[in-house]
Amino acid sequence: MATVDIHVNSEVHHHDDHEHEHEHHGNFWTSYIFCQDHKVIAKQFLITGMAWALIGGVLSVIFRLQLGFPEAQLEWLRPLLGGWITEQGKLDPEFYLALVTMHGTIMVFFVLTAGLSGTFSNFLIPLQVGARDMASGFMNMLSYWFFFLSSSVMFTSLFISTGPAGGGWTVYPPLSALPQAVQGSGLGMTLWLVSMALFIISTLLGGINYITTIINMRTQGMSFTRMPLTIWAFFFTAVIGLLSFPVLFGAALLLIFDRSFGTSFYLSDIYIGGEALPHVGGSPILFQHLFWFLGHPEVYIVLLPALGITSEIIATNSRKPIFGYKAMVGSMLFITILSFVVWAHHMFVTGMNPFLGSIFTLLTLIIAVPSAVKIFNYVTTLWKGNIKFTAAMMFSIGLVSFFLTGGITGLFLGNSAVDIQLHDTYFVVAHFHLVMGSASFFGMIAGIYHWFPKMFGRMMDERLGSIHFWLTFVGVYMVFFPMHYIGIAGFPRRYYSWTNFETFNSFADLNMLVSIAAIITLSAQFIFLFNFFYSIFRGKLASANPWDSTTLEWTTPRHPGHGNWIGDIPTVYRWPYDYSKPGAKEDFIPQTIPYSETPESNLPHENELIKLEMGNTGAITIDEKKH
Amino acid sequence: MENTLRSEMKIVEEPKKPLSMHPKKFAMWLFMGSVMMLFASLTSAYIVRQAEGNWLYFELPALFYYTTAIIFVSSVTMQWAYFAAKRNEVGLVKTLVIITSVLGVAFLVGQFLAWGDLVRNSIHFVGNPSGSFLYVITGLHGLHIVSAVIFLLIVLNSAVKLRIHSKNMAQMEMCTTYWHFLGVLWIYLFIFLLVFR
Repeated sequence: MATVDIHVNSEVHHHDDHEHEHEHHGNFWTSYIFCQDHKVIAKQFLITGMAWALIGGVLSVIFRLQLGFPEAQLEWLRPLLGGWITEQGKLDPEFYLALVTMHGTIMVFFVLTAGLSGTFSNFLIPLQVGARDMASGFMNMLSYWFFFLSSSVMFTSLFISTGPAGGGWTVYPPLSALPQAVQGSGLGMTLWLVSMALFIISTLLGGINYITTIINMRTQGMSFTRMPLTIWAFFFTAVIGLLSFPVLFGAALLLIFDRSFGTSFYLSDIYIGGEALPHVGGSPILFQHLFWFLGHPEVYIVLLPALGITSEIIATNSRKPIFGYKAMVGSMLFITILSFVVWAHHMFVTGMNPFLGSIFTLLTLIIAVPSAVKIFNYVTTLWKGNIKFTAAMMFSIGLVSFFLTGGITGLFLGNSAVDIQLHDTYFVVAHFHLVMGSASFFGMIAGIYHWFPKMFGRMMDERLGSIHFWLTFVGVYMVFFPMHYIGIAGFPRRYYSWTNFETFNSFADLNMLVSIAAIITLSAQFIFLFNFFYSIFRGKLASANPWDSTTLEWTTPRHPGHGNWIGDIPTVYRWPYDYSKPGAKEDFIPQTIPYSETPESNLPHENELIKLEMGNTGAITIDEKKH
Repeated sequence: MENTLRSEMKIVEEPKKPLSMHPKKFAMWLFMGSVMMLFASLTSAYIVRQAEGNWLYFELPALFYYTTAIIFVSSVTMQWAYFAAKRNEVGLVKTLVIITSVLGVAFLVGQFLAWGDLVRNSIHFVGNPSGSFLYVITGLHGLHIVSAVIFLLIVLNSAVKLRIHSKNMAQMEMCTTYWHFLGVLWIYLFIFLLVFR
């Protein structure tokens, strides 16, 4: 039976290879705009994601100005915000809500989902598993353009007169369902929903492609246990997305019906100005269940790719094999499974049965186990390594730090009892910004520094990278560490100002510090932007394998064409983490080097694999003759 | 074929292509997985909402029994078309794909008429969520049937151009799988609606 299957597959591959060799030439539109090459699509995702990150960052600084300096005159922002600055030179309170909502939506979905997964899954999956391109280049292109369309709709919503959606990024009804609630729940919310529907289509198209490519398009010898951890991470991410985004789609669809067609899925017994609305029999809690069934896995959609990228960078730059490869894969699998059964910890205070609350507490706390395994493995990989502090490496270590500090506060929040005090305070804000926001953001930046040479054929400046790292790293801690205190003191999130409450009059100075740190952190990102764009054109020329790395993407030419490898796709003979192997000539052995060529460093069981390789090599010779 | 030669020379123990499936067929399965999640979310929302009370109970339209029969028959004709394609009987394939498409459209018409029955029974889209859920679930399923009918027409076009035969079954297999999937999905939804009325 097995042989029959293999025949089918090799035929398919052969066909694909043939196609790609004829696709090299195209005009501007086919090579840069409607391109089906995974590397170009990855760059499209990257640039769009970076643009969104900048917008999201600027929005956050605007509302941080309000929070840190509630008395300040913001008249000077009028050229940018126009009518959203009130007569008194203050930020419009409803626009403040819209800013918070948009910051969350943009960062979670457009930057850390599309910008991170979209960029690195697209770029690395075919290159690291040894495929000419994605399973379906066309679907991949569609995925980007649906994302672009979704982005355009969301971007447009920033400029309409009633403002963008203002019900928080979680868009809980009835706030989001009734235009009477805030201005943003009018047209802004409609555009938000349209944009998210398009975004979900884009994510599903992408995810289907990623999984298919990883499962079916691996090169010879690339067994599951020889896949780099990045690929494992992208694989789990795509699986989570495929299972959870349809649920968000269902939730959004019902919300659309409630808003525009008069149904009552989420609405019931609402009086506005003394008049009862016609909606009867809905349940707003239902929306929360549906939303968080996506919302919690979304956290891992954001985080897992960053963890995968970090595994790769830390192993490469410690010049050591990753510690506990199988434990890493296992813990990611475990996180994937657990991510679907913990959603109700976002809803402890919705009047949930306390017994159910304890179950979700237990399940939530179990996530600490695989997370701790991962942190342990990162630290043990670094331990006694020959560490090279490249910019990518520093950002990866920064990720581990944030993942730890942010993860620990998760233990408190995961307790249904403690959550009663901490729910919806700045403690939550601090927690998720560290563990998922900053950690994933650092993963993304680390990935850009590390794979920039393969993307653009040039190196980014390491000195600027290191300045960027230290400013951002210290800045992020300065922003989010004080927030824990503010949160424990009971400051609720999403409030426009606290100056009217006697209780919250303290901590004004701490809020000021946070805002100043946020401004510094955002400014530091311009160093990165300059470095990025300058290096694309003027950076030092990169060699094919500048980091002495073992994985397949570094065996491609400096500017890989459409099809990635000239000639045959390389065969893989070993796992991707043969760094500093005792006895080896160099401190890394690429995956393409057979064991038969490295007798000096082989372990006993690897010597036995040589026999199998011989069969392999023979087959390849035949292959080459026929091509 | 040199690839055949190559694969036969491989040694069995070496993991080459551990899971070897046509990428597009595999993608189809993943797509069906996410469609399944969409309906799983709606049906579980249905249960959660129902458990909260204030739920209007009503009889399902009798037409649903007929449409269920139609979609069942269409699955049979689809499978028949698949077997015919395997035996290279192109004429039969065309006829059967057309019959399947017609049955698919008949199913849609039936569902639409069933909505009419609901309206006559004063179950409107706007009103108690029990009715709204019924419209949303059947409507979304109907939309997927529309997509499958379009897929059938694409397959018909390929059959006319003689692109479907025993050596080129991928498209036919994908269409058959999708059609069966939507049939089974409907039967699940129908039983679900009968049980949790």
